[in-house]
Amino acid sequence: MTATQDAPQLEIGRDRRRKEDQRLITGRTRWTDNLTLPGMLHLAMVRSPYAHATIKSIDVSAANAMTNVVDVFTGKDFGEELGVCINAWPITPEQVTPTHSPMPADRVAFAGEIVAVVVARSAAEARDAAELVDVEYDELPAALDLKEAAADTVLAHPDLGTNKSAYWVFDSKAAGSGGDVEEAIAKARTDGIVIEREYRQQRLIPAFMEPRSVVVDPTGEQYTMWSATQIPHILRFALAATTGVSESKIRVIAPDVGGGFGGKLQVTPEEWIAWAVGRRINKPVKYTETRSESLLSAHHGRDQWQKLTLAAEKDGRVTGFKVELLADLGAYVAIVGGGVPVLGAFMFNSIYKFPSYHFACQTVLTNKTWTDAYRGAGRPEATFGVERMMDELAAEVGMDPMQVRELNWIKHEEFPFTTVAGMTYDSGNYEAATEKAMQMFGYDELRAEQKQRRDNKDTVQLGIGISTFTEMCGLAPSRVLGSLDYGAGGWEHASVRMLATGKVEVLTGASAHGQGHETAFSQIVADRLGVAFEDVEILHGDTQVAPRGLDTYGSRSLVVGGEALVRAADKVVEKAKPLAAHLLEASIDDIEFNAGRFSVRGTDQGMAIGELATAVFTAHNLPDGMEASLDCDATYDPVNFSFPHGTHLCAMEVDTETGELKMRKYTCVDDIGNIINPLIVSGQVHGGLVQGIAQALWEEAVYDDAGTLVSGSFVDYLLPTAADTISFDIGHTTSPSTTNTLGTKGVGEAGTIASTPAVVNAIVDAVRHLGVNDITMPCTPERVWKAINKSGGGADPTEESAMPHFVEGEANQDPGVTGEGAQQ
Amino acid sequence: MTRISLTVDGEKVADDVEPRMLLVQYLREKLGKTGTVIGCDTSNCGACTVHLDGQSVKSCNVLAVQADGAEVTTIEGLATDGKLHPVQEAFRECHGLQCGFCTPGMIMRSVDLLKNNPHPTETEIRVGLEGNLCRCTGYHNIVKAVQYAAEHGATTEGAPA
Repeated sequence: MTATQDAPQLEIGRDRRRKEDQRLITGRTRWTDNLTLPGMLHLAMVRSPYAHATIKSIDVSAANAMTNVVDVFTGKDFGEELGVCINAWPITPEQVTPTHSPMPADRVAFAGEIVAVVVARSAAEARDAAELVDVEYDELPAALDLKEAAADTVLAHPDLGTNKSAYWVFDSKAAGSGGDVEEAIAKARTDGIVIEREYRQQRLIPAFMEPRSVVVDPTGEQYTMWSATQIPHILRFALAATTGVSESKIRVIAPDVGGGFGGKLQVTPEEWIAWAVGRRINKPVKYTETRSESLLSAHHGRDQWQKLTLAAEKDGRVTGFKVELLADLGAYVAIVGGGVPVLGAFMFNSIYKFPSYHFACQTVLTNKTWTDAYRGAGRPEATFGVERMMDELAAEVGMDPMQVRELNWIKHEEFPFTTVAGMTYDSGNYEAATEKAMQMFGYDELRAEQKQRRDNKDTVQLGIGISTFTEMCGLAPSRVLGSLDYGAGGWEHASVRMLATGKVEVLTGASAHGQGHETAFSQIVADRLGVAFEDVEILHGDTQVAPRGLDTYGSRSLVVGGEALVRAADKVVEKAKPLAAHLLEASIDDIEFNAGRFSVRGTDQGMAIGELATAVFTAHNLPDGMEASLDCDATYDPVNFSFPHGTHLCAMEVDTETGELKMRKYTCVDDIGNIINPLIVSGQVHGGLVQGIAQALWEEAVYDDAGTLVSGSFVDYLLPTAADTISFDIGHTTSPSTTNTLGTKGVGEAGTIASTPAVVNAIVDAVRHLGVNDITMPCTPERVWKAINKSGGGADPTEESAMPHFVEGEANQDPGVTGEGAQQ
Repeated sequence: MTRISLTVDGEKVADDVEPRMLLVQYLREKLGKTGTVIGCDTSNCGACTVHLDGQSVKSCNVLAVQADGAEVTTIEGLATDGKLHPVQEAFRECHGLQCGFCTPGMIMRSVDLLKNNPHPTETEIRVGLEGNLCRCTGYHNIVKAVQYAAEHGATTEGAPA
């Protein structure tokens, strides 16, 4: 082989087109629901129509008698082998946690809970038979409203005696990280400014596009579960821990997974039931949910009341921030559960130097679908709270809202900075991101237009919304998780396998579901080992292929999993050096590695890393004592969280006569450290923005007063379409992270975390002069109109935004069981 | 059971189907054309979009028996002779997909959109894709992909009948 090589082009920073795309754009995909195994049977779930009821009896005889129905099971048919759905994060030692059976035998706690499962030869026959399962319920009063539930008016689980699950507090005075917030508030009441607001974080539904699906194959020595999950490794652990099957007998595969956004960060009743049924009947089984089932029973997100008190000097300098949350857990404490609002506890102070801070969160059980992580998980709520309050403070002081922020934020020369919440931000430059964003946005011009429209008393008013966010991601240092009583670590694992032909197989424990790991991770490894991008294969999502890992969520894959890759690759290089020295007949001290080549210092002698891989494969001539492998593993436990930040600016037009809203412009400049692939980053930002904007404008999971999910289909749960959204102006500034080798920060959730308050701030800014200081999310035209026409402002109590269904005597109503109603 | 015969991705097929079977179920379950996927129950999401006699339809909204005698093209039949359709190429080029679940429907819809309107404005693209939901991309790069395809001959090469 020759020693000459073209000057390598670095992969990191290139806008590589994705490796994943070829199969996805040609339909060569492996969604779980695509799998068909010999003899496979299909499951259909029978779900409770009641939010809270005791199960009096279940008659399965008619269903069981159907042709092609194999069996019908209820909770009573299973013992401990059914397992339980776990909560991995009891946020306090005293947390009240109801037992979460995948299929309760005695009582249901939300509408949509599974009470029986039908096994049949086809999915359609299973569903037909499920209709024939006769369940007799005794309806119980349901705890539905969050505030009422917090007062224990009606109990979601009567045996627990309370709906209050856990009360979690952080106080800067007690922690020694800051002053006494009560003192700050008291002082501000006499000679400063106190802003008091209550904000509603409505209930949302992650609404990933691929409905959840699970296949269980009990044939063979090991039980295999394919699942549309974000967390194959955690799923395997939880199956072993709760169903009595040895972990070594369980293989979990997350094949192509169609989105998650936190919604597939869960261990689900459907998975546990499929597991139990497959094992019971010794046949492969499949369950794929319908969209309605998904909206009804896959976990929901957000759902908080936020009571916020901000104390400031008269000049706008904040002296204290007090946060009191009520968080709706739904019927059970999910896998992360109450940990979601706690993830926001460290972020309400955001980029600001607040001298005192108090956070308290009461988690509450209700008879609604259980809640858990949804894109951002805790940080969107925190960012919304603080960024809305900074705008309120600016209005009170009479300053431009950006100036109030600047007065309070951490200056770039102050990094690393330890905050009042105890976090140490490693790097950032809020001034730079803001300056760039304001320039891209045309801030001054838009302010001028706003003034003109106000002066002209235009019916269409313009508002400008700001969100200068930061967040903590890259979950997470294991020791920190341990101190918070989380049930697992936060490390990530990688293996680099040097194949005989010089190709490279990389195993990662991060389990992608649309993020583009195969591409971005290939770029990292290609640079690190000096091999071609095309020669790197990224394998993930199968516990027998990538046996160790903690999966993908919390914007962790790159900053934690990427660092594990770097370390594994570096180990390969170190392991290869003695071999290179041996084959090049040089001293190991003279061996240098650069761009894929081991060379002898001061000579033109060298070998490519692929040649060494071949040499190890033949093993004909290895140094004494060297094993015939260059493969290396690394497990990386992060030393700190990752703190991306950015300045987001939104211009909204509000028609003051109709309440109609139009997004005019959205500009963001995010500092996510060094960027591996700008194309993938742009996609993460765009998608994140729209999910956050959708919370501000459209989405809400609405229940009626019987506890039925009214927004139970895509007809009623308003996902934005292409026609509802605009194109975005995105940019970046770069303050490399100092806590990982690549200098990267997480980006997966940033857009969602930042955008919601930018939009609401813009809407309120457009109509503040009309006496409005808040509009409850989602800011529907109706709510905007009502806020304008009920001057004096103030937050409406959350009004359900869906139209009533089936109003008698009006057109287009429920045709009834006979269908006669459809005749005009 | 009813006998149907149709052409799917250029191949003649015939089967006995239940009258209630949807075209998308027929494609997936009987023909193994799992590139076409099901994303909802209410014909909102468009993930199952295919071409029926050259026109984009949501295959969850068509009974298999209604496709008797028809010509159906799915995402799996869009590339010809191993060459990607320009709209497929554009989606990759512009990063118009992430998880890829909505992508088959989004591409099939975009092909039809460009057939009827070879040089759409951004607004026309956005309105034209209104029946297809995507949760990952925020639509920004999907719109760019359709614009890119329009500029790179999506309407002149490779477009099936």
